[in-house]
Amino acid sequence: MTKAKNDKLVLSLVATGLGFLLGAIVIIGTGKNPFIMLNAMVFGTTGINIAKGIFNARYIGEFFIQAMPIILTGLSVGFAFRTGLFNIGAEGQVLVGGLAATIIGLGVRAPSIVHVPMIILGAMLAGALWGALPGFLKARYNVHEVVVTIMMNYIGLHLNNHIVRNIIGTTDGVKTAVFPKTAMLSSEFLAGVTNGSRLNWGIVPTVLAVFVFWFLIEKTTFGFGLRAVGFNKEGARYAGMKVERNVMTSMAIAGAFAGLAGAVMAIGTFGFGRTLPAAEGYGFDGIAVALVGGNAAFGIMLSGLLFGMLKAAAPLMQSAGIPKEIGSIIQASIVVFVAMKYGLEKLLVLMGRKSREPVEGSAV
Amino acid sequence: MLDITKDFPGIRANDAVTLQVEKGSIHALLGENGAGKSTLMSILFGLYQPDAGKIRIRGEDVRITDPNVANRLGIGMVHQHFKLVHNFTVTENIILGLEPRKGLVLDTKRAAKRVAEISKLYGLDVDPDAKIEDITVGMQQRVEILKMLYRDAELLIFDEPTAVLTPQEIRELMQIMKRLVEEGKTILLITHKLKEIKEAADTCTVLRRGRLIGTVPVASTSEQQLAEMMVGREVNFHVDKKKAKPGEVALAIENLEVKNAKGVMGVKKLSLEVRKGEILGLCGIDGNGQTELVQALTGLAPIEGGRVLLAGRDITKLPVRKRLDLGLGHIPEDRHKHGLILDFRLDENLVVHSYGKPPFAKYGILDFEAIRKNGERLIDEFDVRSGEGPATPTRSMSGGNQQKAIVAREIDRSPEAFVVAQPTRGLDVGAIEYIHKRIVAERDKGKAILLVSLELDEILDVSDRIAVIHAGEIVGVVDAKKTDENELGLMMSGSMRKVG
Repeated sequence: MTKAKNDKLVLSLVATGLGFLLGAIVIIGTGKNPFIMLNAMVFGTTGINIAKGIFNARYIGEFFIQAMPIILTGLSVGFAFRTGLFNIGAEGQVLVGGLAATIIGLGVRAPSIVHVPMIILGAMLAGALWGALPGFLKARYNVHEVVVTIMMNYIGLHLNNHIVRNIIGTTDGVKTAVFPKTAMLSSEFLAGVTNGSRLNWGIVPTVLAVFVFWFLIEKTTFGFGLRAVGFNKEGARYAGMKVERNVMTSMAIAGAFAGLAGAVMAIGTFGFGRTLPAAEGYGFDGIAVALVGGNAAFGIMLSGLLFGMLKAAAPLMQSAGIPKEIGSIIQASIVVFVAMKYGLEKLLVLMGRKSREPVEGSAV
Repeated sequence: MLDITKDFPGIRANDAVTLQVEKGSIHALLGENGAGKSTLMSILFGLYQPDAGKIRIRGEDVRITDPNVANRLGIGMVHQHFKLVHNFTVTENIILGLEPRKGLVLDTKRAAKRVAEISKLYGLDVDPDAKIEDITVGMQQRVEILKMLYRDAELLIFDEPTAVLTPQEIRELMQIMKRLVEEGKTILLITHKLKEIKEAADTCTVLRRGRLIGTVPVASTSEQQLAEMMVGREVNFHVDKKKAKPGEVALAIENLEVKNAKGVMGVKKLSLEVRKGEILGLCGIDGNGQTELVQALTGLAPIEGGRVLLAGRDITKLPVRKRLDLGLGHIPEDRHKHGLILDFRLDENLVVHSYGKPPFAKYGILDFEAIRKNGERLIDEFDVRSGEGPATPTRSMSGGNQQKAIVAREIDRSPEAFVVAQPTRGLDVGAIEYIHKRIVAERDKGKAILLVSLELDEILDVSDRIAVIHAGEIVGVVDAKKTDENELGLMMSGSMRKVG
């Protein structure tokens, strides 16, 4: 591991530690025992309840259910960021991905082996289109991608609601009919192992996506070009790289990751299409995940699991009398601590120097 | 007047440096890039705090905590890059920050009068009501000097003041500096140009790698001695080269027109030919179309009219990568913006053009082993010094070694025609010597080289023929051996034309 990567990891770990510390202080401030939080975290991820001494594997499954979509949106944001772009539009890309999954799920009759890949590819394509458009506008007309992707989130939300409500039709005003079994990622085996959780085969494309991200960015000439553009656009142009094309493809691939998240939720977690009153925040969680994960494939996976843990623990904390918002506070403070990178680095250096000084002194 | 002793234990930017400047003298501070000149001046100007040592002004210990304190103590700095508001008048720029008022209204009249007085006293000859954008760079620099004088500065620091000036303007500046000293001011001149020190300074302090090498009287020290003090070894100023053997035309520019950043023609119907085996130097004052020309040749800026032929092939409309593949080499003017991806490793930077081709990649997958080996080879061959070899983060390297890396990469690609822009900007004598040698070696291999530089000495020394650009046009093409600074200077300012 290089020094730079090492520093990044230490930084994220310190930020995470500080975030939890802050959460614990807030809990103490409300007069509760911070151990309850710790217990909820452990229970929510491993299914082991230390306080009550029970084990329920269902919580492991639900933990992954929480982590999968935000790992994918984290990959989406992180991928764009490596090319120097802010993809605030993962939210909308998730929605159109889910919509595409719903359309193909309900509209096509095919055996599972064809149907599922079709849905996944369709959703990724929809997400890619949703990302490519802001990418195109950025590359061709220099319209800032942040503005466009935010707007595309609203378009995505209302497009989804309109099509689900008025074209596909709902059973109760919110849900569509249930997808045929051939469209589903659900697995009796995985559900069985995890005591009837919603855990499904969506875990496979999620892990694959992490590897694809890593491989594309770190190992291919394509990724080399993207990283060059991300670090120094003018330098990349000078070296003969096609900066505009890279910007567009990068946004399209970012969109495909988010679209995949939409598919995994539609045909894995839920099993039906939905209308939504407002965005659910997976895209925004993705920004936090990418930031804490240092925009690297495995970092994003780890930070996705971390935030998944906070999400999974929230209801457990609430049932133990701690407001579930504590989870959000911890998540937010981790992000703030990571964003305070320079201050934190300085602090680490200072602490490092202090602990080293006596040694230097004794050597002289 | 000043007695500074500084110590930076962590970085050793300044290692117990003492600098004593006598009132009423011109004191030069000489050193290579990274020798600690800027750090020392930043401490004096209150931008950094010293870890050890003290500053004494007129025998009194002072603590300069920020630039305002420095101003109050009578220390003024003429920065290398002027800090002027372009659509303001001279007077408005000078009073910026301490505007004189009459009640609630600005009293520019009184200020203009004072500016005119000071200008006259020191022979600066500046029109207080002219707008900055309408006056020459030399005049703008005088405005900067006026700004300091208006604030009653006693010690004036000039940071590389001649970088942007024509030879004539440099001579005038020297006179102004002497005049200032006559009037009792003190000047601290930061530079790496030995000639200027010889011409203007009384005393010279030399720094090398953060250490004080010595303070010598200029009159009794030769340029050669100063250079040796600065670099730490013997230096060869003159570029040794054989007579050029020009061959056929390798790069032809025909009636080229290029727009500049403001959207007006920066290069106007420009034609030039560079032959194989020759170095054509292009000189001119900064901002006369050189950047636009270079960018148009290399494909970074669109060409509005005319043609560019590379070995007879029209490359006017080809994208950057195509031009490179056809045998165009480019050492860019701005190594940080264009030449390097600073956050990449050194070996990655050495393959930014060719990463997609074997042996560095197969089927679109990078071969990091081959990239590393290529890095090691070039580091070795071109003596690029870096902390961690191929894995060194490029950002952490010194300017000279960054430039060597670019030169290594471009020469290794072995192009037929080179566009070399400002290859030695900001580099120290040792690195300059090396880079010039490599450029001449490429010429001797029969490559065509277009050398664009703002340094007249470099142009005169390295080129075989010299073209002068003024306001986007070629105003003269002369034989390098049959011209001198004076002639070039006159052409650069547009007051003389000579083609042939």
